Amino acid sequence: MTQTRNLIDENGKRTDGRTIDQLRDVKITVGTVKNADGSAFIEFGKNKIVAAVYGPREVHPKHLQQPDRCVLRCRYHMSPFSTDTRKNPAPSRREVEISKVMRESLEPAIMLEDYPRAAIDVFVEVLQSDGGSRCAGITAASVALADAGINMRDLVAACAAGKVDEQIVLDINDVEDKEGGADMPIAYMPRLDQVTLMQLDGKLNSEQFNECLDKAISGCKMVYDIQREALMQKYFGNETEVKEEQ
Amino acid sequence: MHDVKRLYVIPGDKIVEGNHRPLMNVVKSGNALIATRIGIAEAGRDGVKVIPLSGVYIPRINDLVIGKIVDHTSLSWEVDINSCFSAHLPASDVFGRDFSPARDDMGKHLAVGDMITARVLAFDRTRDPMLTLQDRDLGKIATGELLKISATRVPRLIGKRGSMIQTIEQATHTRVLIGQNGIVVVTGRDPEGINQAVKAIRMVEEEAHTANLTQRIKALLNVPDSPQEGQNDGAKPQEMAESATERTEGLEVESEK
Repeated sequence: MTQTRNLIDENGKRTDGRTIDQLRDVKITVGTVKNADGSAFIEFGKNKIVAAVYGPREVHPKHLQQPDRCVLRCRYHMSPFSTDTRKNPAPSRREVEISKVMRESLEPAIMLEDYPRAAIDVFVEVLQSDGGSRCAGITAASVALADAGINMRDLVAACAAGKVDEQIVLDINDVEDKEGGADMPIAYMPRLDQVTLMQLDGKLNSEQFNECLDKAISGCKMVYDIQREALMQKYFGNETEVKEEQ
Repeated sequence: MHDVKRLYVIPGDKIVEGNHRPLMNVVKSGNALIATRIGIAEAGRDGVKVIPLSGVYIPRINDLVIGKIVDHTSLSWEVDINSCFSAHLPASDVFGRDFSPARDDMGKHLAVGDMITARVLAFDRTRDPMLTLQDRDLGKIATGELLKISATRVPRLIGKRGSMIQTIEQATHTRVLIGQNGIVVVTGRDPEGINQAVKAIRMVEEEAHTANLTQRIKALLNVPDSPQEGQNDGAKPQEMAESATERTEGLEVESEK
């Protein structure tokens, strides 16, 4: 991680023209995969990711079944065409890791004990990647889980923050991830005010760390508003108040 | 239904604060009641619940379900009830207590592939649901058009005191059997009527949470508005004729018997 050029110009603008506190454009569409029980498509800057949820359903192979709770299985996968040079479709070390951290970041939000002996499968497919795809994937997966009607304590919103040119910036993109100083993805449950994922790649002193964490959480709250909007739009359209009917 | 507060909620939303009883899809967190599903929250006198708008079928005791026989052992049939748990129908339920696997031929009664109407006799966290056929109108389904809808749409398809399904049945001259697990069987003499009924059911499924649905179903099926109902311009759909047979959710349709 050696920095070769300035990533923030004299006007305080970043490589893609954002300010240091600005999120990339985020758009979420709910219910895009018809065969799934719940699904969502997210565009997080140039990231394009589909998340699909199946279940609760029977566990196969049966020995994975838990008598007191549901098993959550996650698969994060990048399509061969999602990167500049073709990516081998076989699961890489990085994908196995992200699948694991994704599962662990979603588990606290799901009421697994409500579905004993069942399984919930979450598939996250990256169609186009642009840095921060694990955060976008978690965000989309959480919306897809809510769409599937699975009991949840809260939604999980995720966003990264990091260090670029010795400044703490929100929502690191691909260039800043590769050339910047540090990258810290955070997944967060806004209502419970709990962090479910925290990773850190790079070096931060304790002051920078605190600033970075606060910034990432504020980003998660912005992402949460978009998640909420997307779900409301799918289920209730433009109505916000319940009309008496039936 | 007075002093009932209704809200659109997503998981994690606070419905009310205070000493209320959490009923369905609601958890208590500190002093607040939190929704766990997407749906319509209702805070009434007896407690707070969320009517979900999505989700798969989870069996409950006493539910009337429609299932398909997928297999049998020497003692029970295995039934697919459109859920994450496969149900069991004990052979003794059909043959009586003196059932003997050596003497009685299970295949004679219910073969693999048969559809049945059954009631959930027992189900808890530790065991798969057990079914029974020991009730009125339960047993093998001989004929009909089968369709699957989301289990969360079943109450809407039935309507208040069966109003919605009666509208469909009367307009299309069919009989509609609805399982709580979201499986629906439409029977009737006229194929055109069955087609119309299927179309109407699909429409209910897609537009379950929208306003004035009964009106639109009536328009689809060319049913004239009953005189006591108000004008068509966005007025609340009145409840169907009071003479409608009382029925609870998921019961078999009993009209025209």
